[in-house]
Amino acid sequence: MGGVLIRPIILTVCIYLFLKFIVPILPHSAPLPSSLIFLYLMLVMSGSVLFATLSGESKDAFFQPILRFLTGESGGALSSARYLVLALFPLLVGWQTYGSTASSDAPPGENRTIHPAPPGEYTGLSNPVPKTPENIMYGKGLYASRCAPCHGNFDGKGFAASGFTPPPANFKDPTTIAMLQESYLFWRIKKGGVGLPVEGMPWKTAMPRWELEMSDEDIWKVIMGEYDGAGQKPRTWDESE
Amino acid sequence: MIDQGLHITNDGGRIAGRAALLAGCAALLAWIGMPDAVLAQEAATQAPTAYRDLPYVGSRNLVWIIAQLHLLLAGFVLGVPIFAWLCEVVGWKSGDKRYDKLAKEFTKLLTSSYATTALFGGILLFLLIGFYPKLMAYLTDIFFPSFLVYCGLFLVETATLYLYWYGWDAMSEGNGKKFHIFLGFLLNVFAFFIMIVPNSWATFQASPVVIAEGTDFERAWAATWNPTWWPVNIHRIIANVVLGGYICGAYAGIRYLSAKSAEERYHYDWMGYVGNFIGVFGLLPLPFAGYWLMREIYQYNQQMGITLMGGFLSWLFILQAMLIGVLFLGSNYYFWMGITHRIPGSEGQYRKPIMAMLIILLLCLAVWMTPHSLVASLEEAQKMGGTHHPLLGVFGVMSAKMTVSNLMVLVTFMSFIMYWRAGKEDTAGWAKVAKSVMGAVLVLAGLAVIVLGVWGYFVPAIIRINYFSTSQVAIVIFVMLTITPLTALLLKSAKTTTEMVWGRMPPRAGYSLVLNAVMVILLMTLMGYARSSSRVHWHVYGVMRDSSQYAFSPALGYAAALMALNTFLFCLLVAFIFWVATMGDKAKAAASAKAAPESGHIPAMAGGAPALDGPASDVIEGNRPV
Repeated sequence: MGGVLIRPIILTVCIYLFLKFIVPILPHSAPLPSSLIFLYLMLVMSGSVLFATLSGESKDAFFQPILRFLTGESGGALSSARYLVLALFPLLVGWQTYGSTASSDAPPGENRTIHPAPPGEYTGLSNPVPKTPENIMYGKGLYASRCAPCHGNFDGKGFAASGFTPPPANFKDPTTIAMLQESYLFWRIKKGGVGLPVEGMPWKTAMPRWELEMSDEDIWKVIMGEYDGAGQKPRTWDESE
Repeated sequence: MIDQGLHITNDGGRIAGRAALLAGCAALLAWIGMPDAVLAQEAATQAPTAYRDLPYVGSRNLVWIIAQLHLLLAGFVLGVPIFAWLCEVVGWKSGDKRYDKLAKEFTKLLTSSYATTALFGGILLFLLIGFYPKLMAYLTDIFFPSFLVYCGLFLVETATLYLYWYGWDAMSEGNGKKFHIFLGFLLNVFAFFIMIVPNSWATFQASPVVIAEGTDFERAWAATWNPTWWPVNIHRIIANVVLGGYICGAYAGIRYLSAKSAEERYHYDWMGYVGNFIGVFGLLPLPFAGYWLMREIYQYNQQMGITLMGGFLSWLFILQAMLIGVLFLGSNYYFWMGITHRIPGSEGQYRKPIMAMLIILLLCLAVWMTPHSLVASLEEAQKMGGTHHPLLGVFGVMSAKMTVSNLMVLVTFMSFIMYWRAGKEDTAGWAKVAKSVMGAVLVLAGLAVIVLGVWGYFVPAIIRINYFSTSQVAIVIFVMLTITPLTALLLKSAKTTTEMVWGRMPPRAGYSLVLNAVMVILLMTLMGYARSSSRVHWHVYGVMRDSSQYAFSPALGYAAALMALNTFLFCLLVAFIFWVATMGDKAKAAASAKAAPESGHIPAMAGGAPALDGPASDVIEGNRPV
């Protein structure tokens, strides 16, 4: 009967170990932030409780050992462990409270909006430059000279990329420029990091304000070169585009 | 001469006296008229009042609370007649009086909530006129014809509701019943129009269509038929059914927990099941309707779409995923508990499929809740190379979300099918073939949904939106349309091995019904805020700017606190209304209990239900009342 309680505990520990130590070593992966690990573990624990309480028998098998332990009915070594819990629990709460209130030099967790809403004047713009091979090539040339040092071969791994936090965008990733309309890129390239609204944290990006160095027409050409080079298509509402 | 002189003097005095009187009157008039003149001068130079405020509380907060309460009440009042009427039709057609009784009970909740809904609507109107006179004048100028239509609809809706409710017993047989059912139909038709008319006002604010020329009617019609009007209409009508179903379920849950007799437990267990079923029935198409609405918003205005789905409001969609996840889990949990408690001896048989479904639901939920940009400390972000995880970041976009929401709908549908089939044995010769076909359809559909979801990353967004996402929805609908009639046909000839016993659910089933209702209310407050906030600093998007002191979006924590407050207030309000509405029933039940007391029956919420969790033999089975 104790298995009904032990199995979820083992499962939770295994999943924690998997998320903490196995996921980061998978190809093209990285360590997960604690907020996401916490979220997944909460799901596992909720699922365990739901499954255990489906019937009266399994509910009792799940909660009875906990109740017996807490009420001291288990006897033996567990009784001593109960006193240990009694002593450790307030300490744990105290430690948590201290951890959340003590002053620290670590910056707070951030929830930066990577793709904030563009200003109204940039919505609905369409690329006025004809999509010819020449224009695309010209755009790629501009990209190579202006963008590639940071954004690399459209993969966000330019030679200067390691100097920036957050790193330059990876255009080959299907969750970046493929999700956006061309007008959005036009705004981001033209106005750069300083043009971002507050939720986009303009102080967190080194993207230059290219309107100072490139004409609008050149920016549109860079956009075409970018999509072509990354093998992506911009978001449109017209299938023929 | 002296006389003359006197006369002259007298005349002069009279004239002087009259002149003084006239001068006095003039001065008096001038004095009385002076403020008017000053006011008139001020009025000539001062612009009309655009905003008023309420100290300490703030006009926006008050309007927010009242509008939300009105909307939730309206959702309930417009959702309940749909399934109350359907229950009545089922009862009439099948001759099962339980359905008629249930329909009447639903309608009782409706009548008691109707007046409160109208009351909050009135309060909201006064507050809007008082706090936002300029905006209201603008909206009145555009929508005046539809205001008149709305008033007319309200009159006929109220009259129909009175006839429907008070005529229930008088029109219970023969042609009277047919007319009563027709009244129920009319009630729903009027309710539908009562919903879509104000929807046009709200959606106009988000996606306005303004024409400068034309008659009043033409201008109102153009403004009404705006790009988000029908998506919101469809989304809201489904959401109202979900809200109504789950609230009725919660009502049944509480009545079940406080039931003292086996008969009451039987009835409210069954009512809870019907409420949960209606909620789930509405919940299945709701994600599709929401997706269509968001697509229309995005297409209408890229800025608004990104503000919602990628901008500062995108965090609300992570909260939404959590709430919907709890709702799906709660609804399935209730189905599963129904199998293990209402069908004695079935627990062992269904444990494994239930575990498989639970695991799929949890995995889907994990994907749905994974944000595109993660909350991370500086150190964690550096290790990830930004707030976007290189591997799990792919879960943060619509292709993944649509896939898992479709899979969750499929699993929930299969939960219901499993519940439906539980305790029955197929006797038809073709049962094996039918089950193989259903299994194959289910597996292939699941795989197809996943394949389309993964493929969606490698095609242009418009192909994914127009074809892949719609195909995923079509596949799920195909599964439902294939498996439901096949199951119904199989069950026609099936042998019942274990009779379903009502009134045996443990107390936590009642609490899960209440939790589901709270989740739906929270969801509506959350997404109502999202829809409204997507206009950012505009009263009417791109047309009339909000120039009040509240022309800013509140912080998400502040907004979440107000949403929680609104949910709490609505629960209080509903509890009060239901308490008043059922006062008479309780008094009657108490009187009959005194006449024939049932020994040892304490309400479940008072700790009187340990036997409900025990083995089947310990449970006192309720008699099936009609």
